[in-house]
Amino acid sequence: MNAVAAQASPVTTSQNHAEAESLLEIRGMYKHFPLADGFLEQLHFEKGRLVRRNEQVHAINGVDLTVRRGEALCVVGESGCGKSTVARLVMGLLSPSAGEIRYDGQRIDNMRGKRLLPYRQRMQMIFQNPYASLNPRMTIQQTLEEPLRFHHPDWTTPQVQDKVDDVMASVGIDPEWGKRFGHEFSGGQRQRIAIARALAVDPEFIVADEPISALDVSIQAQVLNLLMDAQAERHLTYLFITHDLAVVEHFGTRVAVMYLGTVCELADTRSLFARPKHPYTQALLSAIPRLEDDRPEHVRLSGEVPTPVHLPSGCVFHGRCPHAMERCRQEVPQLIVTDDGNQVACHAVEEGRI
Amino acid sequence: MTTTTATTPSRWKRFRNSYLVYSFKRDWIAQFCLAIFLCILLGAVCAPWLAPMNPYDLTQINILNSELPPIWVDGADALFPLGTDAQGRDLLSTILYGARVSLIIGFGAVMLQALIGVTVGLLAGYLGGRIDAFLMRLADIQLSFSTLMVAIIVGALIKAVFGGAVYSDYAVWLLVLIIGLAEWPQYARTVRASVLAERSKEYVDAARVMGYRDRRVMFRHILPNTLSPIFVISTVQIANAIISEAALSFLGLGMPETQPSLGSLIKSGFDYLQSGSWWITLIPGAVLVVLVLVVNLLGDWLRDVMNPRLYKG
Amino acid sequence: MALLEVSNLDVRFALRQGEVRALRDVSFTLDRGERLGIVGESGAGKSVAAFTLLNLIAKPGYIADGSIRFEGNDLARMSARELRRVRGNRISMIFQDPMMTLNPVLSIGEQMVESLKAHRRISTREARAIALHKLKQVYIPSPETRLDQYPHELSGGMRQRIIIAIALLLDPDIIVADEPTTALDVTIQAEIMTLLRELCEKHNVGLVLITHDLGVVSQMTQRTLVMYAGRVIEQGPTREIINDAQHPYTQGLLNALPQMTTPGSRLNQIPGSMPSLANTPSGCAFHPRCQYRYDASGQPRRDCLEEVPEFVTSGNCDVACHMVRDMLAKEAS
Repeated sequence: MNAVAAQASPVTTSQNHAEAESLLEIRGMYKHFPLADGFLEQLHFEKGRLVRRNEQVHAINGVDLTVRRGEALCVVGESGCGKSTVARLVMGLLSPSAGEIRYDGQRIDNMRGKRLLPYRQRMQMIFQNPYASLNPRMTIQQTLEEPLRFHHPDWTTPQVQDKVDDVMASVGIDPEWGKRFGHEFSGGQRQRIAIARALAVDPEFIVADEPISALDVSIQAQVLNLLMDAQAERHLTYLFITHDLAVVEHFGTRVAVMYLGTVCELADTRSLFARPKHPYTQALLSAIPRLEDDRPEHVRLSGEVPTPVHLPSGCVFHGRCPHAMERCRQEVPQLIVTDDGNQVACHAVEEGRI
Repeated sequence: MTTTTATTPSRWKRFRNSYLVYSFKRDWIAQFCLAIFLCILLGAVCAPWLAPMNPYDLTQINILNSELPPIWVDGADALFPLGTDAQGRDLLSTILYGARVSLIIGFGAVMLQALIGVTVGLLAGYLGGRIDAFLMRLADIQLSFSTLMVAIIVGALIKAVFGGAVYSDYAVWLLVLIIGLAEWPQYARTVRASVLAERSKEYVDAARVMGYRDRRVMFRHILPNTLSPIFVISTVQIANAIISEAALSFLGLGMPETQPSLGSLIKSGFDYLQSGSWWITLIPGAVLVVLVLVVNLLGDWLRDVMNPRLYKG
Repeated sequence: MALLEVSNLDVRFALRQGEVRALRDVSFTLDRGERLGIVGESGAGKSVAAFTLLNLIAKPGYIADGSIRFEGNDLARMSARELRRVRGNRISMIFQDPMMTLNPVLSIGEQMVESLKAHRRISTREARAIALHKLKQVYIPSPETRLDQYPHELSGGMRQRIIIAIALLLDPDIIVADEPTTALDVTIQAEIMTLLRELCEKHNVGLVLITHDLGVVSQMTQRTLVMYAGRVIEQGPTREIINDAQHPYTQGLLNALPQMTTPGSRLNQIPGSMPSLANTPSGCAFHPRCQYRYDASGQPRRDCLEEVPEFVTSGNCDVACHMVRDMLAKEAS
């Protein structure tokens, strides 16, 4: 474990200037999931012998990220790149295999129970699927009331009710909805309720895991506006997980592009969209279906995302990269800081080949 | 469990508009089954008032009335519409009292099964890992003992320690205990499976992110959402428990003949089957079959209603 | 005559709450080799439209009225046997989930050979040769080995390629694709879409593409149909609709896209949400969400509230909107 953590990228020092304003820091984070759970499932028959093989899914492989206070850091990538795992690790729904997570200077990844409770109020999460994120057996009133009663046991019923009304109004829910159940609402309305639940405890940091990808286009705009309004009113900080680059361009302060459990590029939104450096980012950007052109020329990647069980050697992207060379197959690229202050993990960029 | 705080004024109205009621109204088999089940239940509950005589009261029994046939057979006595058994007890009364014992054991055993099974299933499914493995292996071991073996062991132990008289005094509760202990793994498995499905849903993550303790998440958030399968399996388990009781009593491991259940009634008549007194066995037998069939059919209907996925397949 | 001519199609579902009208008065045509996009949000009826094209609507749904003429023959009134001759053979379908088409217990080759032999009198060897050829057309690496693989051994993108190969197997005239790339990642989506487009162009195959993504429609199709609450509300050449949408809903949909506003500012949202088909508003179904539902004096317009708008022609587009009708009338006078 320690050996793994010690590999933490050389960027750490250069990021020190940002530390003053940083709210959340992820350092050298790894997360592996065992592929086979039980002992019996790990046994394999090979060449006439019984072998125990404990294969692992390498979901996160050495991620360093800093979320600055007041920003919206977007994490983008395709399915299986580990972006949702990052969200779940930050919220303590999973515990990292290695590395540490600091919130406001305090290490939180090894906290449990009561000690973590204050952070449960300060950090909240919004989920992808509004059809699953509300308890089907609870009314909206109960859903919104429970967090308040739990975190403020000393509050009186009118106090709780005031807060519920307040938060309902702030996300645009009709107070009449309180008596009804989640399934009576449309996806967009449910997502509003889920946002209200997260905002009820007055958090300062919100992890949003694909909060609009299950919604229709016209509803996406409503929810995105709601999130931006909430940010302005409550000075929220977001860690925004998404696969939709159009949303990132609109919403994000900075963007981290992930591929197979590693960050391959980290840049402020404008310069990433203007001048993507990493070949994968370039391909990703060119693949967005645009309204303007009716005959797009997108960067064609060969092959598909490899499984995170057997990670490729060297740069994880080398199998699909048009610029891959021998060095890319052997050496893992580290995030380097480019002249404009952004970070990219690519040998070709470092060598000035692209 | 925490109580529901919010006001839900129209619960009855919601129930009336629910799919459950709707599909019940359209399914005549379910209606018919429920009607028969309610008749048997009513007869059993009201046995002391409905039954012409009390089979537990020895003063009401006259051995001279033994083995009288039901009224549609020659040689019957109008006092005993379904005839009498070998001891001269009125069969109708005995069946009503017997159904009572059978149903008490059925419901009681199922409640015990549910209590153990739901707790184990919830813990195993939610906590996972080693606890899960341990509890589920325990369930496997329990399943590999048949109900019969549990009955023999528990029965023998009780009889050896407290004597036969104590055993027959507490026979009903002992049977509840035996059948309850023998068949809780069914519940544990069902509940564990649906807890696993629920646990992966985002509302559970949302509850954990709020910082709720495990107990709260388990009982307040997950358990209410596993009620449908618990409900469905309960009907099947009641039928099973009634059959188990009948089987045990038939083998002489259950209710003593002085407090007849449907099973021990069947058994008591079995010896007289050869001598032509078929009614002592066959009438309680028919009641048992109808009772179990009706409960099973209701269970099938409930499963169809509560699990729409099954509906399509 | 158009290759496919759908007129006044009316599809209903008999549910316990009563009858739900999933499609109302839907009409459109498709020429040989033309690519048509059907756009709408969930609940607009676009998937029902796709299924209806092949008369695949199953109970409790049924075609209440209208016709689907394919080369002059009405699919809505064909016998099951005649339909089988059309489905898969002349018109084939690509579903959102590849596993809806692929049988998990048969190898790719077996499935392809089976459907070839069902429609043509050929030997297994010939069928295999055709299957191999089709796999090559969709650029599947090492197609020979793929034939003997099972669906679960392939990745999502690969499966969708195979679905396209199967859709092309019998050289159909039309491919109906229902959200073919929604389950896939952006880079894979771009590849699959380009492939589909190239193949349709090369073999002169008509395409009906059902999607919620206006970007995809703009890159893939020549004509677009916008649906709302079971009705077509606007149709015309894709470029014109994207660049100069007439119907307030289409405009709202386009303006709601993040790329339409400067980063960081509020998006242009359409208030409210799509009505359920069981409970469609009177008159123009969009009126409760429409910003033009008031007249000059600020009163709600009666026609929007009460009358279902008729199609009016504006440029090359057909639009069903009272406001557009009035504007056109004003211009003409």
